[in-house]
Amino acid sequence: MINAEEGVFFLTGKDFTNAGAASSSLKGVLEKRGVPQDIIRRTAIAAFEAEMNVIIYAVAGMMKYRISNTEISVTIQDMGQGIPNIDLAMTEGYSTAPDYIREMGFGSGMGLPNIKKSTDHFVINSMVGEGTTLEFTIRLANGDKERA
Amino acid sequence: MNLAEILSILKARMLTDQVPLQKTVESAYCADLMSDVLSFSVTKSLLVTGLTNAQVIRTAEMAAIEVIVFIQGKSPDSQTIKLAEEKRIPLLVTDLSMFDTCGKLYERGLRSQFHHLNQAPIITVRAQSL
Ligand SMILES: Nc1ncnc2c1ncn2[C@@H]1O[C@H](COP(=O)(O)OP(=O)(O)OP(=O)(O)O)[C@@H](O)[C@H]1O
Ligand SMILES: [Mg+2]
Repeated sequence: MINAEEGVFFLTGKDFTNAGAASSSLKGVLEKRGVPQDIIRRTAIAAFEAEMNVIIYAVAGMMKYRISNTEISVTIQDMGQGIPNIDLAMTEGYSTAPDYIREMGFGSGMGLPNIKKSTDHFVINSMVGEGTTLEFTIRLANGDKERA
Repeated sequence: MNLAEILSILKARMLTDQVPLQKTVESAYCADLMSDVLSFSVTKSLLVTGLTNAQVIRTAEMAAIEVIVFIQGKSPDSQTIKLAEEKRIPLLVTDLSMFDTCGKLYERGLRSQFHHLNQAPIITVRAQSL
């Protein structure tokens, strides 16, 4: 048995140079622990979508992770504009991304649905004018891979 | 399909140094939308894209994509190439168009592993943020 481990990365809005660095570091932590490739991939994809949303839509934020023997849990919390209608934001294809974001290849409105699809458990909370918090969990050992 | 075959089929040039050359890919995916890549691509695949920013490398890293091909002679800047070298992802550039790049790879037997969506159509809604 390996010990549980946790950590935190800080995110800066509009910092496109470092966008993705936190998810990349998290991926490195999981690789070092010998987590199976498909679980690493699902975690990295969900973390990266969430990280990009913070970079694009928020002022600042952080990504916290905790890895136990049974699951990986990640919390991404930001200070920013918040999401007025979460059901709408969760709809595939819905996006408020400005043109310069679209030119970078983002803004197809698939990020949040993809986070939900890639994880075993996903919660999103937001307050307009304050910020958004996402929490997701991916099961590790013995957990059945069925996703909601 | 291995890297040498891809280079010759597409008459492509290698942009990265010090990346593993023994890579092989089992399928390909083509997109300019990074969330599409993150949602629909599979591992052990090749990404064909017309975008050349650093987020493409990050996307490939997260999605465990093996090789990236840029089309129509578009090359990323040196910092982006460096990031790909760090992540050990070979970057190739071809002068072919997107259509011809995909067509030539298809002709030589490469396929996507896209699972046709058995769901309601995705309607893209452009909204202005408040
Ligand atoms: N952290 C956030 N803060 C404020 N608004 C957000 C945040 N995350 C998402 N949103 C809002 O929800 C919408 C949908 O987000 P989602 O990630 O699904 O798509 P997108 O970012 O627009 O495009 P894609 O993720 O496909 O590149 C965004 O366009 C934005 O309006
Ligand atoms: Mg997004």
